[in-house]
Amino acid sequence: MIPCCPHNTEAKMKINHETVERIAELARLDYSGEAADEIMNDMNKMLDFVDKLKELDTEGVEPLIFMTEETNVLRTDEVEAEITQAEALSNAPKKDMYYFRVPKVIKQQ
Amino acid sequence: MKQYLTLSEVQSDLRSGALRLGGLVDHYLCKIEDNRHLNAFLEVWPEEAHERAEEITQKMNAGTAGRLAGLVLGIKDNICYKGHEVSGSSLILKGFKSLYSSTVVDRLLKEDAIIIGRLNCDEFAMGSSNENSAYGAVLNPVDLTRVSGGSSGGSAVAVAAGLCLAALGSDTGGSIRQPASLNGIVGLKPTYGRVSRYGLLAYASSFDVIGPMTHTVEDAALLLEVMAGSDKKDSTTSSIKTDTYSKMLDFKGKARIAYIKECLDSPGLNAEVRSRTEEIIDGLRTEGHTVEAVDFPLLEYMVPTYYVLTTAEASSNLARYDGIHFGYRSSGAAGIESTYTKSRSEGFGGEVKRRIMLGTFVLSSGYYDAYYGRAQKVRRILKERTDEILSRYDFIILPTTTNEAFKIGENIKDPITMYLEDIYTVQANLVGVPGISIPLGKKKSGMPFGIQLMAGRFEEARLLAFSDYLMKTFGRQ
Repeated sequence: MIPCCPHNTEAKMKINHETVERIAELARLDYSGEAADEIMNDMNKMLDFVDKLKELDTEGVEPLIFMTEETNVLRTDEVEAEITQAEALSNAPKKDMYYFRVPKVIKQQ
Repeated sequence: MKQYLTLSEVQSDLRSGALRLGGLVDHYLCKIEDNRHLNAFLEVWPEEAHERAEEITQKMNAGTAGRLAGLVLGIKDNICYKGHEVSGSSLILKGFKSLYSSTVVDRLLKEDAIIIGRLNCDEFAMGSSNENSAYGAVLNPVDLTRVSGGSSGGSAVAVAAGLCLAALGSDTGGSIRQPASLNGIVGLKPTYGRVSRYGLLAYASSFDVIGPMTHTVEDAALLLEVMAGSDKKDSTTSSIKTDTYSKMLDFKGKARIAYIKECLDSPGLNAEVRSRTEEIIDGLRTEGHTVEAVDFPLLEYMVPTYYVLTTAEASSNLARYDGIHFGYRSSGAAGIESTYTKSRSEGFGGEVKRRIMLGTFVLSSGYYDAYYGRAQKVRRILKERTDEILSRYDFIILPTTTNEAFKIGENIKDPITMYLEDIYTVQANLVGVPGISIPLGKKKSGMPFGIQLMAGRFEEARLLAFSDYLMKTFGRQ
């Protein structure tokens, strides 16, 4: 964990290939070869840019999470048939009458 | 046919019989065809537009037509319209047909607007130049070598070039106001929660808002009036009552206006844009309004805060594009993991992937507090400071953009330069207040630029009235 402190004393975060690989895996994206170098450089540039925020003293500030001042907007949970099964499947790249089709998950022995 | 700039003119000509609605639709279809090189429209719906025109003409004759009868409008390609393709200008959604209409589309159709087609934008609304669209850049009609701005580039150009009377855009960090500025039209970003996001392809949910792009403040007010208000399908919409904005445009009295010193002193601000802003500030004083400088030493923290938070939200929102349920699936994939990874890697463009990567990083274990958590705290500081200014002043005035539209390709290499394009617009999204770009500037080169106003949350009525007054007082005749 990078320590948070109001004074910019910590070393600048640097993204290495290992981090790119880990983040790409989490994001389900694929970077290899030159593309991996490029995204590493871009991410380092972007992080240098956002590292600016470390100059500000945020001690004791509550994070701002919700932009609306409404609290607990509730409605009755009613079952509505908004779309049919055929409609739900209509945009799928691969499907049959009833299901979304995916490539084989389990290999044959 | 005459170039209509406002709906009331269209409606009056329709009533007098000087204009037929079917003829107007034909006129716009011709203009769209003649201006295909601008790359503003991705798709047009001519048969449907004609059918609607006939239907609405009958309603007008019967005296039962809605408030938007006569309005021919385009929608940004990230707003859902049932039975029509919506792609976010991304390959990953190519061919996707929406199963439902967004709340804004429903409300516009109910008032008899005609939706003529969908408009090019930066992929998933991420960009400031429309160069991130899978369908190519939109050209600036004043100078074809320059960008349209973005992300609502197609929307701005369609209105500016007269391909439709008005358009919808969406604004996450300036995506309505910046292209409006660069094309010399009006662009309104409403208060967060004023307009339903139901049926808007999500980019950053705590920032996104749909708004109108028009030639006149009057039309922006009317469109807002129709679209605004609570929606049970979007729990972030506000229950605060809406106003009949288009009937409240008569600004009376004197305003108290702040300008942010750091914005005008910014070294990146073009001299002509600065001097026009100062000229308007002086003019407002002459008119008896109070205009004062305020300090906002946080200017340079705004774009970094914006990028941490929006990329984080985007990485989560865009997780739904998995190649399974809808959209593009890579043919080269074997097994489930590889289907996700290959479909996403091939389907998304470079900038979208870059933002997903940064967003995933700032949310990842070990870095969450240092980046995401910290940016949320800075967002509160920015909001409190802005609220404090807006408690003492009615409006904040500043340029919308630092300069005229830049050249196509000029900023594409360096993401940071491109991000700084949003320096004057992200504030309204970070703090959730309404902002409007008003076409009050023109450089010696002939390129337009806008002046921006921000007001307190849900103060659209006053903001629009004062904007209309500004247009009439300082607009080019």
